[in-house]
Order: sequence, then structure tokens, then C-alpha cells
Amino acid sequence: MTASAIAAAVATRKLTAVEATDAALARIAARDGVLNSFTDTTAQRARAKARAVDADIAAGKPVGPLAGVPFAVKNLFDVQGLPTRAGSRINRDRPAAMRDAALIERMEAAGAVLVGALNMGEYAYDFTGENVHDGPSRNPHDPTRMSGGSSGGSGSAVGGGLVPIALGSDTNGSIRVPSSFCGIFGLKPTYGRLSRARSFPFVMSLDHLGPFARSVEDLALAYDVMQGPDPDDAACTARAPQPVSGLLSQGLEGLRIALAGGHFQKNLFPEAAEAVSRVAAALKVTEVIEVPEAARARAAAYVISTTEGASLHLDRLRTRPGDFDPAVRDRLIAGAMIPAPMVDRAQKFRRWYRAQVLELFKSVDVLIAPATPCIAPKIGQATFVLDGVELPVRANIGIHTQPISFIGLPVVAVPIPLEPMPIGVQIIAAPWCEHVALRVAHALQQLGVAAAPAPRGVLENGSRSA
Amino acid sequence: MAEPSDESWDDYIDAVGRVLSLPIEDAWRPAIRANLEVSLKMAKLVDEFSLADEAEPASVFTA
Repeated sequence: MTASAIAAAVATRKLTAVEATDAALARIAARDGVLNSFTDTTAQRARAKARAVDADIAAGKPVGPLAGVPFAVKNLFDVQGLPTRAGSRINRDRPAAMRDAALIERMEAAGAVLVGALNMGEYAYDFTGENVHDGPSRNPHDPTRMSGGSSGGSGSAVGGGLVPIALGSDTNGSIRVPSSFCGIFGLKPTYGRLSRARSFPFVMSLDHLGPFARSVEDLALAYDVMQGPDPDDAACTARAPQPVSGLLSQGLEGLRIALAGGHFQKNLFPEAAEAVSRVAAALKVTEVIEVPEAARARAAAYVISTTEGASLHLDRLRTRPGDFDPAVRDRLIAGAMIPAPMVDRAQKFRRWYRAQVLELFKSVDVLIAPATPCIAPKIGQATFVLDGVELPVRANIGIHTQPISFIGLPVVAVPIPLEPMPIGVQIIAAPWCEHVALRVAHALQQLGVAAAPAPRGVLENGSRSA
Repeated sequence: MAEPSDESWDDYIDAVGRVLSLPIEDAWRPAIRANLEVSLKMAKLVDEFSLADEAEPASVFTA
């Protein structure tokens, strides 16, 4: 069931919140042995919350738009009573969080029920969904393949139908990559739109939080209840919430849509090119717009990420280097050694590039680009061959997402259900225009071009399918 | 700009590692060097772009 359907059934007493919660916990028990998407389940707390929702309904009190909807969060969100591990071994020694992350509080204020915390790449410095401490989260359509990172458990849990909504973070692509690999919808809002209060950071200059879902309506529902200013996140906007759920059905009327050219049409496997052309054909889009200096934007995002990440973890690199995933540790140590003027230039280039792209948005409302260059690679796969050239997988998964998050543009990753594996396409809008990207995503869903395929990689008894 | 030799990379890693008080084991060195080469290649791409003297960084503090 979608989140919208659960909330409607709970509000009209066709289903109780406790039943919806128990069903989610049962699915997790049945399927997560294969998917490995959850690192913690919060059954006791979830049932208590669900009982409270049911009691409110029985007492005739108004309930929120997510009444009884189970959801889960990447384990970098603070969950009261759990240490916020952020995919690491080191953080497990932290004291238990005293208070939930801001977005969990907002979801639960709308009636949603937190059922657990989700696997992720260590400290979010990852595009694969693999984790040396907890094992990899697995792709729900083929468990031998990556879920994508770093919000791998979020992609796996929603793609596998365990929960209708999950929350994750995106610094360079970590919502859009798992959405693409796991065949679901993901929203990376405008930088500063959603509060990051009480979540573990990676790169403060680039970190975003956002939802995953199996339909655009559910994505919008979760996004709407999470909006709003928050003084506990210095980057969070003071703008009033701009609800989008009521705008989805406005369709494509009046929207100018173009394909992102240059960098975004290079380094693509045929599946990624096919997904973009299906979207272009459905939207009747032929115009191609070059995004200036997109490859350099990706490089600057890389520099800011590795250096801010190194600064964040410097003390842990000094005192507990042996407790990191070695691959993450060695990237961060190298990041600590980048000369400072190069970082300052990257931040100056960021402002220059933002001005160029905002200029483009005077003549267009939406840009279409691939979300990933390929379908989900095999877990552990180190390289792929593209145009006869062998390239490292990890470094290239985010080449099309990084130039977009670098300047905080809102993006909906929409799943294109190719066979045998789905792949995502980015629907990119101007800052603060999430509603525009969501309208296009909704139109693609209505046209049947974008859809979250049913998981084929797991069976109810928890064994792998053939 | 000439590419540094393996030896000079190691000297750089040692020197900056000492300044930052980072313990670096010999076994980690090849991976750190490889990452540093990629990161500096990215940084060089940014460095090569000509910016005006008046260019403001994106990270502007608001009082």
C-alpha cells in the first residue's frame, strides 16, 4: 500500500495504525534478511506511537496526513535512545541521542510511525550502499547488485516494499543514486529547504535531507509535512512552507523543458541514454541546453566534499584511524592534504557557476538529465567498461548528480522501469521550485513512463528469488 | 606543472601528516597517494578556471 492509501484507510478506520505498523514490521522480518536495509528496528516505540494515533482517531481528534504510515530513516538521523552511527563503527560509542532529528519529529507530528534506522555507507562518503561494518544493503530487484549510496538502506527498504517512505541525505547524489538503482522516486529539495537539525553531517556546505517513496503523491506528502524554518539548522530557509501536494495535477501546462547537454550526455551506458530518451519522448522535448562548466562543477564539489569531510573527521582520523572503513579513511586523509587556496577557489567557482545556471533558468523551467550513468553494478564491482575504456565504478557513479547538488537545485529522481533493472532520470528545477519538478514527475507517472517496479529480488520467506 | 614523483608524494604526505598530527601507517600510503592524486587533479581543474578578484565565495557569513 502507498502512504496515501494507508493514511486514508487509517483515518477512516478501515485499518488501524497498529495493523499498518505490525504489517511493516512483519515485512521487515520476512525480507530484510536478504536486503539488509535496516540496522535497527524500533518496534516498541513504533507500536506505542501507532496506539496513540489509533486512540486519537477513536477519540475523534484530528490526525495528520500521514496517520499510521510506517517510515524509516538513514542511520545518520538522530533517533532518541539510539547512538547515531552514521554508518560507522566509531559513532556507536556515542551516547544515545536525547531527541529525534527535526524531520522525524515533523513526520511523527503528521501521524507517521518510525519503525527503524537504515543502513548507509560509512559517514555518507559513498555511492555504493556497501558498508564494511554492517554488510551491504542489497538491491531489491537483484540482491547481487548494489543498492546505491550513500542512502543505500533507504533505497533498498522502499524499493523492497518494506516501508512506503524513507528519509535519506544527499550531499553529492546520495538520494538520487539509490533512487535510480532501486527503482523508486527520490526528492532532493533545494539546499536549505528542509532542516538538518539533529542529523550527523558530512559536508555542511552541500548536505541536504529528503524523502524516498514509491509514488510522486507519497513523495509530496512527506515533503509537505517536513517543510518549515528551523533555527537549529543555520542553513535552513526562513521561507514559509510551500505545499506541493495540491499542485501535482497541474500537469505540464506552461512549462518549458529541455535536456541537459554536454557533460550530461557523455559517459552513459545505453540504459541511461534509453531512460532519458523515454522521458524526452513522453514530454515531447527536443531542445538541448548546455550547462556551462558542469564537469568543473563536479570537480569543485569533489574538492569541497573531501576537504570539509576531512575537517569534520580530523580528530577521529588522529585517534581511531583503524576503526574507519579503510577506503573512507584514506580518502579523508588525502582530503586533509588539499591546499587551502584550492578550496577557497572551489567555493568562489560555486558562486560563479550558480549565476550561470540561474541565467539558464530564465529561458527554461526544467532540465532533464540522467541520474546515474549505469544500472546498479554488482556488489563489489570495482570497474566498468564504457566506450572501450575501463573506469572505476565508485568515482563515476555520481558524475551526473554532483554538478546539480553543488548549487543546491531541487531534483526529483524518477524511476524508469527498464528490464531487467530500473534506472533513474533527474528532473531538475530552479531553486525553490520543487513543485515544478514534482509536477513533471507526476505527469511522467500518469503517462506510465515513470513507475516504481515491484521488487523481484526478494520473496516473502526471505530467500532470494532465482 | 610537472607531476611529483612517488618519493616527493611521500615527502608531502609525511610533512602534512606531521603538521596535522595524523598517524599514517606505511600500508596506507599507496591508497592515500592515489586519492591525493585524484583529489588534486580535481582541485587543479578548479584552479585553472579564471575568477575575478572580486569573486565572492559561496560560503558567505551572515551576521
